[in-house]
Amino acid sequence: MAKSNKPLVWGPFAAGGTLTAFLTPALIALTLLAGFGQVPEGLSYERLHGFAAHWLAKVALVVVIGLSLWSAAHRLRITCYDLGVRADAAVAALVYAGALAGTGAAVLYLLRI
Amino acid sequence: MSRRPYEREITSEWIFRHPRYLRYMVREFSCLFIGGYALLMVVGLERLSQGPAAWQGFLQALQSPASIAFHLVALAFSVYHSVTWFNLTPKAIPLPFISAAHYAGWVAVSIAVLWLAGVV
Repeated sequence: MAKSNKPLVWGPFAAGGTLTAFLTPALIALTLLAGFGQVPEGLSYERLHGFAAHWLAKVALVVVIGLSLWSAAHRLRITCYDLGVRADAAVAALVYAGALAGTGAAVLYLLRI
Repeated sequence: MSRRPYEREITSEWIFRHPRYLRYMVREFSCLFIGGYALLMVVGLERLSQGPAAWQGFLQALQSPASIAFHLVALAFSVYHSVTWFNLTPKAIPLPFISAAHYAGWVAVSIAVLWLAGVV
């Protein structure tokens, strides 16, 4: 039987799609409030730094950022194909590499907190 | 002798042929804003790791008109993503009230996030 890497690509997409459906609107609302000058208590330096200093919060942040980026990358790949871009292998390599790079950067910054 | 399979040409004009196709594309374009917001979070973590002054600068940057505009559009697209995602759940999990359960969970998670951040 031919081996397929589809579940490896699609699994994180489904997980990320579900996670972002539950979480992203509320997260955007938080930084939108900050944008209107009403910075939520939880976004003050002391509170957020204290939160991100905990290892469990670091893991949660990496999971949220990593799955968001992966599901967005996967959808972008499919969308490119739908819009007539036939170089699927190149598009896939580009968007997945971008998602992994963003996740790697998040890990790096969290390790410095 | 090389094999030359026929490849049907695909263009992007099809998305305007029916409102349903356009709604599909709007749903798929939500990925740009959800991915973009995740990248904004990565930048935020960088600033947070650089100390209080850098974080203050990040909060200041959030007040720029470009940031506000991005947030408003991203919020609309992310809500559209949530709605379309939850409306599809009965196809993935064929149980009664599965959509309603997801919507209730969405409300609960949103309130929990706002509460944890000290907004409500």
